[in-house]
Amino acid sequence: MYSSKVIDHFNNPRNGGEMADADVVGEAGSFKCGDTMKIFLKIEQERIVDVKFQTFGCAAAIASSSMLTEMVKGKKIGQARRITNEQVAEELGGLPPLKMHCSNLAADALQDALDKYSDGPARKQGRAK
Amino acid sequence: MGRRLVYMDHSATTPLREEVIKAMEPFFRERYGNPSSLHSWGRETRQAVESARRKVGLALGSEPEEIYFTGGGTESNNIVLQGIARRRGKGHIITSSIEHHAVLDVCRDLATGGFQVTYLPVDRYGMVDPREVEEAITPGTVLISIMMANNEVGTIQPIKEIGNLARLKNILFHTDAVQAVGKLPVKVNDLGVDFLSLSAHKFNGPKGVGALYVRKGVSLAPLCNGGGQERKLRPGTENVPGIVGLAEALELAMGELSPRTAHLVALQKRMEEGLLKIGGATVNGHPQLRLPGHINVSFNYVEGESLLLGLDLQGVAASSGSACTSGSIDPSHVLLAMGLEPEVARGSLRLTMGWENTAEDVDYVLGVLSPLVKRLRKISAHYPQSRSWEGLKGV
Ligand SMILES: Cc1ncc(COP(=O)(O)O)c(C=O)c1O
Ligand SMILES: [Zn+2]
Repeated sequence: MYSSKVIDHFNNPRNGGEMADADVVGEAGSFKCGDTMKIFLKIEQERIVDVKFQTFGCAAAIASSSMLTEMVKGKKIGQARRITNEQVAEELGGLPPLKMHCSNLAADALQDALDKYSDGPARKQGRAK
Repeated sequence: MGRRLVYMDHSATTPLREEVIKAMEPFFRERYGNPSSLHSWGRETRQAVESARRKVGLALGSEPEEIYFTGGGTESNNIVLQGIARRRGKGHIITSSIEHHAVLDVCRDLATGGFQVTYLPVDRYGMVDPREVEEAITPGTVLISIMMANNEVGTIQPIKEIGNLARLKNILFHTDAVQAVGKLPVKVNDLGVDFLSLSAHKFNGPKGVGALYVRKGVSLAPLCNGGGQERKLRPGTENVPGIVGLAEALELAMGELSPRTAHLVALQKRMEEGLLKIGGATVNGHPQLRLPGHINVSFNYVEGESLLLGLDLQGVAASSGSACTSGSIDPSHVLLAMGLEPEVARGSLRLTMGWENTAEDVDYVLGVLSPLVKRLRKISAHYPQSRSWEGLKGV
């Protein structure tokens, strides 16, 4: 059902866990019952220098989150903004059609974080909704 | 402990027993006659089908003529529900909110025709209250259908009490006993049921074959018309190897009921104790009135499907009520009916043990599960510690 890359990211998630000194925290998903994700970014001179994630969800959601963190690390904010859900799924070697929606989470959380960041210092720290 | 393969999804299906394969084998080979044929080939298989019917009747405490062979549990349920509906044309049906889809979806369908359906609630253990059944009865009630044991949480329903009530009120009573048969004593007269569905593959028999008990004198309109087999209720040339396998598996299961129960209860206890040690785990279903060997557990802050895959990658077969495959994330209707929070319901894992499982299997599963849960919690967006960032860095 899942590609070996999905399995690998699920089994050995990259950059999993929280980041106490994040510059901004992005969120996506519904906290009610769906898959949910938080992304923690450390940004220096418009570049993402460190990233961590926490995800509650199925294996596809976890693997997408992990994959995304690898994709954004070291990227300039402008480059990171252009990352799409499809690219995350592609990097994972594809996802089963019924699981595509689970990968949306990752890019959505990233965009949320970047929006908050560019909204200025007042919102940079993020806040749980 | 080294890697091993552990099958703990016996509520989904069970392995076929060697003795059952042996009993079926001649009917795949030389004994291929059509039971309706008059020649010796036919007479031979007719005899095998009727002998199977006697065995099933004996196991359920019914007359052989009250047993009808079908294509499985789903079909048995449909024959009853739709069969009553076609006879009566309209009326009221009482069922529960935790039935298998092979009952619930039939009811949903009938509700679009001339039928009103009451879906009874359950308590937090997944138990139907017979008093609520009584209160739901109306002058138009034509059928009560309540499962004997639930397939997700394993809770055993008060079928006998509901049976007494149904008799008193003169209302037909069906029980979907697919999960119960082979694991609990099931005698139709003790239970007071008019119809009972069972399925062979849940008790180490073959797939695609089941049976339906129909109390003598009760009439159902058949769903299919054809050659008149199974006294016109389920026409079509009989699945002879399947029927032989079903009867053999049932006879073996009922003969070994008490050692099997003891074995499964011991494994269940060992597993539960281990699960609770992991922490943040809740066992769902009734604490005592539960199928032997059946465990449904929720782990806080962890999602069920990810647990399932994590176990699968280590050779463990389990199942989960959660599924985010269809685009919408629907936690199990059973757990929601029991009042679990959707988030907790999504973290549920079903481990259902069988005769071939051992204490070593249980220890292996626990050994895999404990670090898996910890790992998934550490990266879970719901884990409370993860909110600690709110208090940091001047937020
Ligand atoms: C309670 C219950 N009813 C009905 C069925 C359907 O049985 P079958 O697979 O034989 O159609 C199942 C099997 O999952 C079940 O657990
Ligand atoms: Zn998902």
